[in-house]
Amino acid sequence: MKTQIDLFIAFFRSGMLGFGGGMSAIPLMQREVVGTFKWMDDDEFSDLLALANTLPGPINTKLSGYIGYRVAGFKGMLTALIATTVPTIILMIILLTALNAYKDTPWVQGMAKGAIPIAAVMIGVMAWDFIRVSKNAMGWVSTLGIAVLSVVAMQVFHIHPAIVVAVLIVAALLYRERSRQVEKE
Amino acid sequence: MIYLKIFLANFIANILGYGGGPATIPLLEHEVVHRYGWYTVNEYSEMVALGNGLPGPIATKLAGFIGYDQGGILGAAIGLFASVAPSIILLLVLLRILLKYKNSPKVKKLTQYVRPAIAVLLGVMTYNFFFNSYESSGITHTIILVVAGYLALERLKISPVFVVAGALIYGAVFLG
Repeated sequence: MKTQIDLFIAFFRSGMLGFGGGMSAIPLMQREVVGTFKWMDDDEFSDLLALANTLPGPINTKLSGYIGYRVAGFKGMLTALIATTVPTIILMIILLTALNAYKDTPWVQGMAKGAIPIAAVMIGVMAWDFIRVSKNAMGWVSTLGIAVLSVVAMQVFHIHPAIVVAVLIVAALLYRERSRQVEKE
Repeated sequence: MIYLKIFLANFIANILGYGGGPATIPLLEHEVVHRYGWYTVNEYSEMVALGNGLPGPIATKLAGFIGYDQGGILGAAIGLFASVAPSIILLLVLLRILLKYKNSPKVKKLTQYVRPAIAVLLGVMTYNFFFNSYESSGITHTIILVVAGYLALERLKISPVFVVAGALIYGAVFLG
């Protein structure tokens, strides 16, 4: 029981203090998991982070779910996941339901309008981060090549983004390192 | 069958969301705005802004709220399950294999190839939000909020809670 409470505290704290989603909560989580509760060491944590990043889906819940599982099995996983997600979802539901209740009043409509440009900035910054990371990983040519192909597929031919992403995943899996093969020959 | 739709929308957006929570935002938009028509682009952008102003992972906040909004508590649980369970199961099952191949170019290429496509989706979304704001609030207010929001978030590193709260107050006073 003590372990379950520890798991809840660790992931509740790192979830509730991590603003801006995703990566911003990682250092907080690392402090709890490595520093406070010593469930793993720094090396193991960064290995786990790197591996979790190669898989799709939210990064926070992958980490908390896995760490919870390792510390206390299936129950530990549930505890960690609930602590990471449920409190913030409840906040979200309360806030948006309250706003929706008054959505016919002019000032709440004004609030909704005020939020849109901020969402544009946040998403725009994320878009640029993805481009920057991508450029650093494989250079401008591949980054822009894939970006332009994606624009054409999604905006001109209206192909569903899920299909575009799926095709890219298949392309990555079929990828062979040509240069290395040439060296061997 | 609303529960099945809630499940599918979140499952698809998260299983293809390479790059964590942010990557699922535009994918989820495609499902809940364009495919199922549950929300307008404006309503979705409001959710994204408020969601980013609150603590915690963004993908699960959206999944939980949309699930609740469309299908009550059970809907919220299904949305949350669909967004987190598949990736955790993958991680638990594949961890050993991934550890062995963690330096393999294929594993690295996976995220690398998908990233520019996600960037495009986020870019298109940015444009749509900007354009909708221009249509509903006019160019002056839009530019003031975009510039002030950018400076506050990225230059002055002010917490999103205060930036979102500031934008809501600005909206209530000047855009109501």
